[in-house]
Amino acid sequence: MKVLVAVKRVIDYNVKIRVKADNTGVETANVKMSMNPFDEIAVEEAIRMKEKGQATEIIAFSAGPAQCQETIRTALAMGADRGVLVQTDAELQPLAVAKLMKAVVDKEQPGLVIVGKQAIDDDSNQTGQMLAALLGWSQGTFANKLNVADGSAEVKREVDGGLENIKIKLPAVITTDLRLNEPRYASLPNIMKAKKKPIEVLAPDALGVDIAPRLKVLKVEEPPKRKSGIKVKTVAELVDKLKNEAGVI
Amino acid sequence: MAVLVVAAHDGKTVRSNVANAVTAASQMGPEVHVLVAGSNAGEAAKSAAAIQGVAKVLNAEDAAYANWLAEDVAPLVVKLAPNYSHIVMAADSVGKNVAPRVAALLDVAQVSEAIKVEAPDTFVRPIYAGNAMATVQTADKIKVVTVRPTNFKAAATGGSAPVEQIGGTGAGGLASYVGAELSKSERPELTSAKIVVSGGRGLASGENFKMLEALADKLGAGLGASRAAVDAGYVPNDYQVGQTGKVVAPDLYIAIGISGAIQHLAGMKDSKTIVAINKDEEAPIFQVADYGIVGDLFQIVPELTAAVEKK
Repeated sequence: MKVLVAVKRVIDYNVKIRVKADNTGVETANVKMSMNPFDEIAVEEAIRMKEKGQATEIIAFSAGPAQCQETIRTALAMGADRGVLVQTDAELQPLAVAKLMKAVVDKEQPGLVIVGKQAIDDDSNQTGQMLAALLGWSQGTFANKLNVADGSAEVKREVDGGLENIKIKLPAVITTDLRLNEPRYASLPNIMKAKKKPIEVLAPDALGVDIAPRLKVLKVEEPPKRKSGIKVKTVAELVDKLKNEAGVI
Repeated sequence: MAVLVVAAHDGKTVRSNVANAVTAASQMGPEVHVLVAGSNAGEAAKSAAAIQGVAKVLNAEDAAYANWLAEDVAPLVVKLAPNYSHIVMAADSVGKNVAPRVAALLDVAQVSEAIKVEAPDTFVRPIYAGNAMATVQTADKIKVVTVRPTNFKAAATGGSAPVEQIGGTGAGGLASYVGAELSKSERPELTSAKIVVSGGRGLASGENFKMLEALADKLGAGLGASRAAVDAGYVPNDYQVGQTGKVVAPDLYIAIGISGAIQHLAGMKDSKTIVAINKDEEAPIFQVADYGIVGDLFQIVPELTAAVEKK
């Protein structure tokens, strides 16, 4: 079974982001970019499936500017076999990405798609569910554990009250939660090997997908700042403040 | 046109965040309807009908809806959608699972985790773990929106909307429910608790969380945790507060042994009053705390537990 994983290039999770002065967005120039952490978990899960003999080939998909090739290379260095980049400098929203992925899935016919449950830039948490809908496939979202068997998958999901177990038919879309696995680091020899692995570059037009944004971003602003508080010396002082100043206990 | 709120429930009552979603929905259109889909969900439908501001409850009974599988619930919502201007769900684990599937089937965008309704087509939503706020406008005819419950006041009860029975759409056979491993707790639910006591890596073990339980029980508080504490296995995943876990905004949030990574702050910085207890005085949590104590939590927490009055 082929497994397709999606990897998004996002501002590194350690970077403190800055809102642009003209309120059109967030500053991305000269900022460290990395693979979305949830997507690293998706790549790792696919590699483990290959190591167990459940996956035959891992395709790493990305969409966005040319630099997304670096993100795909990271996936290839971790252990993916080849990459597909839908290259565009246009703004991509989740529905458009889901449609681009559907076009690639139609062509590649994977038995399973694994994506991160959300990207840490737009925090949408939509693409996996949307892709499953467009394909008419089942969806195992917020996966904490994945067990692929013949024609179906058991998914343990992280939900509000704890964990939930579902059984879904394959092909399916899985979205990863934090506890699914701990992604590996790419070794130096594997980073070197990854440079020789192929990346196919496609244009959205060639896939016949309309990627025009549906949501218009009117402005992006700094959140309201909390005014800094005080340090207290003793528990008695804290209890007094909570009771008589804040009035919360 | 009316707005449809899709309500998650436990068979007896709709989730408490449905009342918050109704408030958000009432800012989007002139009339709010609530869909209660389930198997034997009549009681839950009645609880939705009692929320003020609800004009009508649609109760769809079908065995396929018993466990809220997105594959089976989404087609029902899609069938009803042409009658509505908006489809609204609370941004909890049900809404996040179902709403994008509905949006894609309708070929419309989704607005995730709206925190403010500027206009029926314009919403404010946090991005980058709440470090930026985006105002977005949608041109789609049917608008699919998930709303962050803590940013909308819960609508009061005391209403008496009519409940209309509607047909189901059946099971698609793509997915089946096996079972759940739910955390058992007598404490208030994290996202609606007035006080939240939360622990981090500083607790050093799951055993030490008992100390926090004692404090939480005395305060009548919900119990939360940072990602570090969940990843270390101290507490179950549903305790996690943060960008990718739960978002809470209680009157009082007590962060104990939590350093305050931006991903954690994203889930709690809208709390009214924040207390931080940490031995590292440089910990970023102190930058958002109203009251901070620098010191050993293993001394401070028992002292605090003894000092507060039982609620």
